[in-house]
Amino acid sequence: MKSKRSMRKDVMREGAKYKIERFAKDTLTHIFLIAVAVTCIFPLLWMVGSSLKTQQTVFSDMSIIPRNPVWSNFYHAWIQGGFGMYFFNSVLYTVTVVIGIVLVSSLAAYAFSRLQFPGKNIIFYMFLAAMMIPLPGSFVPLYVLMTKLHLVNTRIGYILCMINVGLSFSIYLLKTFFDKMPPALEDAARIDGCSKLGIWWNVALPLARPAIAVIIIFNSLNVWNEYILATLIFSSKSLMPLQRGLMIFQGTYITQYPLLMAGMTITVLPIILVYLFMQKHIIKGITAGAIVG
Amino acid sequence: MRTKATIENYLFVLPAVLIFSIFYIYPFYKVFTLSLCQWDGIANFNFAENFVGLRNFKELLFQDRVWWQSITQAGYITLIALTFQNAVALALAMACDRDIKGGNIYRVIFYLPPVLSEVVVGLVWRWIYDGNYGLLNHWLYNLGLGHLVRDWLSDPKTAITCVATIHCWKGFGWGFIIFLAGLQTIPRQLYEAARVDGANSWQMFKSVTIPLMIPVFILVSILTILGTMQVFVLILSMTGGGPGYHTEVPVTRILASMIGSSRFGYACSQGIIFGVILLAVSFIQIRLSRRMNKA
Amino acid sequence: MNYLYRKICLFFILSSFIVFLSVFLTSCTPQENAANTEKVTAWHWMSDREDAFQELARQYEAQTGIKINFELYAPSDAYTQKIRAAAQTKTLPDIFGLLAEKRDFASFINAGHIYNLTEDMDRDDGAWKDKLFKKALVVNEFREKNSFGVEAGIYGIPIDVMNIQMLYNKDLLASAGWDPEAPPQTWDEFLRLNRLLKEKGIQGLVSGWGEIWMIYCMATNYAFNIMGEEKVLDTIRGKVPYTDPGWIKVFDLFRQMRDEGVLATGIVTMVNKTAEQLFANNRAAFAFNGSWCVNVYSGMNPDLNYGVMLPPMVSNSHPMMIWGGAGSSFMVNKRSINIAKAVDFLKWLTDDEQQLFLLRETKNPPSNRYALEGIEDVLSQFVDDMDSTTHPNVWGVEEFPVVIETLNKGIQYIIIGEKTPEDLAQEVQKIKVRELKRWHERWSK
Repeated sequence: MKSKRSMRKDVMREGAKYKIERFAKDTLTHIFLIAVAVTCIFPLLWMVGSSLKTQQTVFSDMSIIPRNPVWSNFYHAWIQGGFGMYFFNSVLYTVTVVIGIVLVSSLAAYAFSRLQFPGKNIIFYMFLAAMMIPLPGSFVPLYVLMTKLHLVNTRIGYILCMINVGLSFSIYLLKTFFDKMPPALEDAARIDGCSKLGIWWNVALPLARPAIAVIIIFNSLNVWNEYILATLIFSSKSLMPLQRGLMIFQGTYITQYPLLMAGMTITVLPIILVYLFMQKHIIKGITAGAIVG
Repeated sequence: MRTKATIENYLFVLPAVLIFSIFYIYPFYKVFTLSLCQWDGIANFNFAENFVGLRNFKELLFQDRVWWQSITQAGYITLIALTFQNAVALALAMACDRDIKGGNIYRVIFYLPPVLSEVVVGLVWRWIYDGNYGLLNHWLYNLGLGHLVRDWLSDPKTAITCVATIHCWKGFGWGFIIFLAGLQTIPRQLYEAARVDGANSWQMFKSVTIPLMIPVFILVSILTILGTMQVFVLILSMTGGGPGYHTEVPVTRILASMIGSSRFGYACSQGIIFGVILLAVSFIQIRLSRRMNKA
Repeated sequence: MNYLYRKICLFFILSSFIVFLSVFLTSCTPQENAANTEKVTAWHWMSDREDAFQELARQYEAQTGIKINFELYAPSDAYTQKIRAAAQTKTLPDIFGLLAEKRDFASFINAGHIYNLTEDMDRDDGAWKDKLFKKALVVNEFREKNSFGVEAGIYGIPIDVMNIQMLYNKDLLASAGWDPEAPPQTWDEFLRLNRLLKEKGIQGLVSGWGEIWMIYCMATNYAFNIMGEEKVLDTIRGKVPYTDPGWIKVFDLFRQMRDEGVLATGIVTMVNKTAEQLFANNRAAFAFNGSWCVNVYSGMNPDLNYGVMLPPMVSNSHPMMIWGGAGSSFMVNKRSINIAKAVDFLKWLTDDEQQLFLLRETKNPPSNRYALEGIEDVLSQFVDDMDSTTHPNVWGVEEFPVVIETLNKGIQYIIIGEKTPEDLAQEVQKIKVRELKRWHERWSK
């Protein structure tokens, strides 16, 4: 520690040394990052590699990329898994649920963070507590309720359920970020005659872009990979999401590994694309000027 | 005027509260009633007939040793996740927060583990840990550490730590993203100002990053506690709770009572007690962090 | 700003309006799975058989004009929850499969969800009943005055049969210098062969003992062999303690396997699918597995050279009994308005031609005794051993789930060396006594 500190003082004096130190620091950082990155990429490579093998070679051929890749696995997975229909359903559910969560939770989080009304803390802690108390036995009551409301085997029933699943967490995350935001900009907007809803839409939401990006990333992955609730609520195959297609390949007795891996590769791609698109907003986020200015 | 404003404010939370009360509060109320009953989850339910009072809770609190073992084990995994996983996530986020070459690529790569299916994760890690053909044993052997070679997932000494490692590996991407988003909201001028004052990296970290990140730390640690205490898919696919009870966690126990032995009421009481424990831990966590923040 | 505010307000009100309108609308339209006399709906959990089921449904519609709507849900845990939830709202489909112990099965019947098929089976001098393997039917049968209080009868139609026994790899046996056509018959031979295998660096037994029911399966096999059926059932009835020398001997077999290094590494946490990979790739000489494995192995390694045998006998005083019976069964919903149609379809499904089709497609032994044409060699060996099968569902008494769990987990502890057979016997007995006491309290009320 001490040598580093004294080194820093030298750096202040000499530019060349600063460059060297910077280089050494970058190299060390890169080594660390690359080491972690390798462990993250390896399973992905393994998945893609396995999707190009056959059921017989998948566990005997240990090479990552097989010598004779079976590209047709992707075609078979798509056709056998009935991915066309499921894909549409999954996109529909993911988009509506995520939009729903962002709207509903940001409204609530904004109110919890900025507005005053009686019972505010109680309601907020209720949401927080809901996040913490898992309801393992809730499947049966939920199903009974949904049957009474005639929401079983309907798209809207599933969508509402999934919105509820992501709600508590999103409210909590957004509130944390709203709390951190300096109120100066909102005050300015209020002076301009902007209403509360207007401030929420024009000021709070744009400022909370990184947090909203995080919420979109989390919830879209969550909805995209969900199937237990879907199995419970839907009876017709035509309403099922994408994960149902993958279930075809993992039977009680037989798992068709290459087709499963091909199917998983297909399902993973859109979610990575969502992330690619959204993570830019995390980074660009709030520039220093926007806040203080 | 005042009441109108209050009503307007209520309107903001109304949609959330509506959805929440239908899909959470009602099932919660039902689960709570069921926890006071003896019911197999199949027979036609009749509250008066099935009511057993607090018997389920009494059994759970005083007789079910495996249940408490499962809680300690989940606690152990959580402790590892809170320290090790979050430290790595923060370090990675800070590294990516600097203008480093290829930062974009890293950001994408670190999100891969959460995205990958449990099936793939299970298969790959089981292959790494395998007692015969496992990569880990292979490397240890080649490095001359042959005495460390073991059957990682079936050895009671290592099983739970191995599972915890995989869990951390799968989960650090979440913390990474939230930390990154949090770091982005720290105004750059603060760092500039600190640098002008002659602060070094460590001092900047201590006096700029940490204080501004406290709410994010709380957020991430609570999410880590909740996510880790409720882990089970990974456990089921890696060890099935074995060997013996060495990797059982609360949710696998709840599933065992609910589906394995058809004690639906008992499973509900397990869920309630588990929720109370999580609630207590989370609030202690929030309190402690707030105090640290003020100190 | 004001303009924008109004726009947002409008959007907000509109969207909430749409949401609640749609909720309202869906509540007015009749549900899809509600009573429908035109088609018969069937639920099952074996999603890997989807193609075969859909093809059969097509054929049936072409022949009779009745539409069969097969819906398959996986994984099996989710299916179990769905069935139980649907039972609570009385919205079960016309035909469904059940993943349940006998006790839960009885609970479904007592709640009025399952139709008694006895009359249909006995019609025409029991022509339908005669076609099916008896061992498969008794699994779904409740006898007179059973302890569950269920009206006597047959409550499910098996569509295939299965049993669980030992498989041996002929090539590996030969490479250890053992006659591959004469696998070990006795426990001592089995241990001797394993020593030979060990010298060659070949692993002995592999099985999915991370899924603990498979441990119970093997333990009860040997309990029947060592103590005989009556004594085992008396243990469950609470008349014989688990600390009986017979049970200790059963537990001790696992200790012996551990001490002799018979068990494959990692067996205590292994899932059965991994065990199957290892056996299919010639990495273990023996596997303890069910008849479904024929299809699994042929997919992974068509050249695998293996045979089927009963687990090697420890004692000659009682026969070796293995688990077996119905593979999967279909139940008819008692509340359905299509009972007659559903029964007719099941009758058709278990007829010779359809059973042959299922045999070809799923490579599982059919429940129809006369549909064995063209069956594979190994599979027919499984079918030949159907006479030695038993199943917890036919014992007439059922052990408490907690006791079974303690026993299975305890055997895992023996295998990792943290418990002795004697420790385990006492522990299981302690739990058994506790559960018996609780049970008496409940019934004396």
